[in-house]
Amino acid sequence: MPLVRHRTASRLAAGLALSPALLVLVVVYLGCTAWTVWISLTSSRMLPNSTFVGLRQYASLMGNERWQVSVANLAVFGSLFLIASLALGFLLAVAIDQRVRAENTLRSIFLYPYSMSFIVTGLVWQWLLNPSFGIEKMVRDFGFPSFRFDWIVRQDMVIYTLVFAAVWHAAGLVMAIMLAGLRGIDEDIWKATRIDGLPAWRVYLSIVIPMLGASFATAAVLLATSVVRLYDLSVAMTNGGPGVASEVPAKFVMDHLFERGNLGLATAAATSMLITVAAVVAPWLVWQSRRTRRAHA
Amino acid sequence: MSAIAVTQPAGMRPRRLTPARIGVYAFLIVTALFFLTPLYVMLVTSLKPMEEIRLGAILALPRAPTLEPWVKAWSAACTGLRCDGISVGFANSVKILVPSVVASIAVGSLTGYALSFWKVRGAGLLFGALMIVAFVPYQIFIYPLVRVFAFAGINNSILGIVLIHTIFGLPTMTLLFRNYFASLPQELFKAARVDGAGFFRIFWSVMLPMATPMLIVAVILQVTGIWNDFILGLIFAGRENLPMTVQLNNIVNSTQGERAYNVDMAATILTALVPLAVYFASGRWFVRGIAAGAVKG
Repeated sequence: MPLVRHRTASRLAAGLALSPALLVLVVVYLGCTAWTVWISLTSSRMLPNSTFVGLRQYASLMGNERWQVSVANLAVFGSLFLIASLALGFLLAVAIDQRVRAENTLRSIFLYPYSMSFIVTGLVWQWLLNPSFGIEKMVRDFGFPSFRFDWIVRQDMVIYTLVFAAVWHAAGLVMAIMLAGLRGIDEDIWKATRIDGLPAWRVYLSIVIPMLGASFATAAVLLATSVVRLYDLSVAMTNGGPGVASEVPAKFVMDHLFERGNLGLATAAATSMLITVAAVVAPWLVWQSRRTRRAHA
Repeated sequence: MSAIAVTQPAGMRPRRLTPARIGVYAFLIVTALFFLTPLYVMLVTSLKPMEEIRLGAILALPRAPTLEPWVKAWSAACTGLRCDGISVGFANSVKILVPSVVASIAVGSLTGYALSFWKVRGAGLLFGALMIVAFVPYQIFIYPLVRVFAFAGINNSILGIVLIHTIFGLPTMTLLFRNYFASLPQELFKAARVDGAGFFRIFWSVMLPMATPMLIVAVILQVTGIWNDFILGLIFAGRENLPMTVQLNNIVNSTQGERAYNVDMAATILTALVPLAVYFASGRWFVRGIAAGAVKG
C-alpha cells in the first residue's frame, strides 16, 4: 500500500513539473499569438481597442510602401543569403574534408563569427564598408582612384551588404553541419567510385550531394528561420537606411509597435511573419517526423 | 563506431601535390583571410589613435599603438545620455546572464526529464507544440508580453528579462534534454523506481549526473545566446539594465559629431569577448551545442 501511495505522489510530481511548460505554452505562446492576431483585426492605433475591422489592417499593410520594401528586401536577402551560405559552407566542408593540414585551425576560423552577436557583426561590417575609411578607400589608395564600393550608402545596393555580413556570420555553421554529414558517408562509397573511375566532381554532384539531403534541409531551415527573424543586423549595420532601403519585416513590426504607435499595422505585420515561418517550417517538420518514424519502424 | 567515423575524413585520399590540391589550399587560404579580416581590422583599429584612422589605411598596423581607446570604451564612452562606458552594459549582461542561464536550464532539464520517463497524459502533444513554437519569431509575442509584464509590475527589471529568457529558452532546452534522456536506457529509471526513489530524487541523484554532457552543451548554448541577445534586452530589461549588446549599439550608432572609430571597435571587441572565449574554450562542444539547438531535436 505505501508503495502505491508513493507512486501516485511521484505521478503527481511529474504532472507538477510539467505545469510551468504547459502554462508557458498556453499563456505565453498560444495566448500571446491569439492576442496579437486579434489586435491585427481591430482598428487599434496607439492603444488597443476592440473595434473589429476585419482584414483592413492587412489591406493597408499591403499598400504600405515601407512594408513592401521590407518584404522585397527579405526576399532578396533571404534567397541570396541562403544560396551563398549553403554553397560556401558546402565548398568549405568539402575542401576541409580533403585531409588538409591545419584542419582544426581552419575550422575554428570559419566558425568563430557564428559565436558573435549580430550587433557585433553589423558594426564590424559597417566599419569595413564605410566608403571614406573602409575597402573603397583602401583600393583607391592602392592606385585605383576611380574604384567605387559604396554599396552601404546606396539605396539600390545596401541590401547586398547585409548579405555579405550575414554570410560571413553563418557560413561556418553550414560548414560544420555539412562536415558532419560528409564524415558520416561510408568510406566504401569512395572506394567504389574510385574503382569506377568517376571524376571527383561527378561523385560530389551525383552521389554526395543527394546523400547530404538531410544536412542541406536542416541547414536551409535553420538559415531560413534566421532570415525571417532578421532584425539586429539591420539595426546595427544600417538602421534600416539609407532612407528605408534596408528595412526588414521584423524591424517594421518593432518600429510600429514602439515608436510609431500603430498597433493594428504592427500586429498585422507580425501575423504575416508568423504565416511565412509556418509555410517554411511546417513541411520540414512533417518531413522530419516521417523520416524519424520510418527510421524507428 | 559512429564517433570514430565522425573524426575520420571521408573524402578522397590525397595523392601528391596535384593542381586540384593546390586549388583546394588556395580556396581555403583565401576564404580564411576573408573570415579573419574583420577581426584583424577591429583589432588594429582599436589600437590606433584617431589621427591614424583619418588617414584611412584600414589594414595598416598601428604606427603608434595605444590602449587609450580601450580604456575609454570600457569606462568613458557615451551611450547618448551617459558617459560611463561599456562596463555598465557588461555588468548588466552578467546580472542578466547568470540567473537566466540557471533558470532556463533548470526548467528545461526538469521538463525534458518529465517528458521522457514519466507517462503523463498529453505529454506528446506538449512536446510537439513546444517544438513548433521554437521557430516562431519573437515579434508575435512581444506586445502582449509587454502588457502582461507591465500589469504584473515586472517590466523593465532584471526579474522580467530573466523570466523572458527562461520562457524563450524553454523549447530548446526541453528538446535538448528530452532527446538526451530518451537515449538513456529505461532500465536505469526502472531500477531507481524499484529502489523506491521518487520523481525529484531520481532526477537529482540519477538523471542529472548522467546528463553532464548535455548540461555542458546547454550552458554553452544559453550563455552565447543570452549574451548575444539584443531585442529581448532592449524591450524587457529597462533603461537601467540594458545588456551590453544594446549599449554597444547605442554607443556606436547614436554618437553625435565625429565618431571615435577606435573606441567603437574596442567596445565591439569587448562585447564579443565572452562568446569568443566560450567558443575557443569549448571547441567541439560549441558545434554540438549549436547543432543541437539548431536542429531542434
